[in-house]
Amino acid sequence: MMESQPSIAFWLLAIVILTSGFMVVSLRNIFHCALNLIMCLFSVAGIFILLGAEFLAAAQVLIYVGAVAILMIFAIMLTSEISNRRIVQTTENKSVALFISVIFALSSVFLIMGTKIWRMSDQALPENNTLTIGKYLMTEYMLPFEVVSVLLLAAMIGAIVLARKEAS
Amino acid sequence: MSYPLAFGELHGLFGWLYELLESTGLPQPWLDVVRYAMLGAMVFGVLSLLALFLVWWERKIAAHIQQRFGPMRHGWHGWYQTVVDAVKLLTKEDILVDTRDKFVFFWAPVICFVAAFLAYVSIPFGEGLIVSDLNIGILYVIAITTFTILSLLMAGWGSNNKYALLGGIRSAAQVISYEIPMVASILVVVLFVGSLSMVDIVNSQSGWITNWFVFRLPFGPIAFLTYIVAATAEANRTPFDIPEAEQELVAGYNIEYSGMKFAMFFLAEFVNGFTVSAIAVTLFFGGWHGPFLPSWVWFLLKTFAVVFLLMMFRWTYPRLRVDQLMEFAWKFMVPVTFANLILAAWMKYAGWYW
Repeated sequence: MMESQPSIAFWLLAIVILTSGFMVVSLRNIFHCALNLIMCLFSVAGIFILLGAEFLAAAQVLIYVGAVAILMIFAIMLTSEISNRRIVQTTENKSVALFISVIFALSSVFLIMGTKIWRMSDQALPENNTLTIGKYLMTEYMLPFEVVSVLLLAAMIGAIVLARKEAS
Repeated sequence: MSYPLAFGELHGLFGWLYELLESTGLPQPWLDVVRYAMLGAMVFGVLSLLALFLVWWERKIAAHIQQRFGPMRHGWHGWYQTVVDAVKLLTKEDILVDTRDKFVFFWAPVICFVAAFLAYVSIPFGEGLIVSDLNIGILYVIAITTFTILSLLMAGWGSNNKYALLGGIRSAAQVISYEIPMVASILVVVLFVGSLSMVDIVNSQSGWITNWFVFRLPFGPIAFLTYIVAATAEANRTPFDIPEAEQELVAGYNIEYSGMKFAMFFLAEFVNGFTVSAIAVTLFFGGWHGPFLPSWVWFLLKTFAVVFLLMMFRWTYPRLRVDQLMEFAWKFMVPVTFANLILAAWMKYAGWYW
């Protein structure tokens, strides 16, 4: 099932993900950062497509691009004075951030390179993997699925309560 | 039950084209590249022509509702007026604001245009006339059309204009709010078909007209009505066109755009209108199924009927205010669609449907 040689598409996507990811943290204009974040998340959806996980890819685009990133841009636009483009965003503690990310990157690289045996299934992908995901979510992984739903609901209600003005 | 194969089906033509392509002896990867380039060019060409026609049709309908003639000068009843308009827009000067955000300003119409056309990868134009029958079909269409919101936000920001910015913000708020009832109405159909694939959805509605989802009482008509209202809002058409709202925002997000860039927004808007109608036909009106005529003719006829409905909405209803719009979405549409979804799920479980 897995190709031994990564395809051209993989390399293209990898380059786009890394560059746009770097742009997110280094650009001075926060709106451009948000757009690069969208580019990054969209390319991750491309990686999911390459792995044959279409549902995950669609969910990635729908949730991260369609909801999270759009809301982020929405918040940026509503922030006062932020549309004044003379204001530049500055990144504080650059050296600390660099240190931590280098440590994190190195340790993940070592971990990935050092792992000899990956626990992978050698079964072929199910014909209709969306259906399979749905069935598993409703049977075997019912409890985590519901817990996540309740958590999100609680967060939503909390946000509404915080944002709501008391009727005088 | 399947209808006798009508004269003029197009998928035979495509089979013949593929055979012709294979006989040239190109290696496999290039064969796919040429094939998809060909399909892309075809979809693009057909949709551009359709959009030109829709602009003319909309102007005619608007004119007749308002007891005018509309365009009459070019050809019979002005039939090539929009072709002339398109040429004019292409040759117009591209006026640019100095204070624009260059990168964002440039890419906004491109993203809008591409996102509008990308949806057609998984819309079945007829029997066997689908670019790719993705197994996530309808979910793909919903996901890819979110890029339209992004392009409106980018246009609003990039123009560096308060009206444009307000238009962008309004559109984001509106589209995100109406996405929820729209998806919940689509889910009713998906629930009954048990598949997200567009071809499966159409095939499950074959046979008599009562098999169309819009006639499956009681949840079918409710799902269709909520879908069409939410889809009108998604396509930014009146009575939900507050992102543009000529009288309040001059033209909203596209105020600073001119020439070709404006044309791209304009064309994408009409393509989006056609997309939501095509989805409505696929989900609720049996897609390409129908007697005697070829499948693609049926699909186009039904889609044009829905487009006509949307145009009638546009020219006969006043625009909603922003707060009314939001209240309608969250206090009416969301509860109704979710109640409908629960009702449909219960009926499916109990087996009370045909």
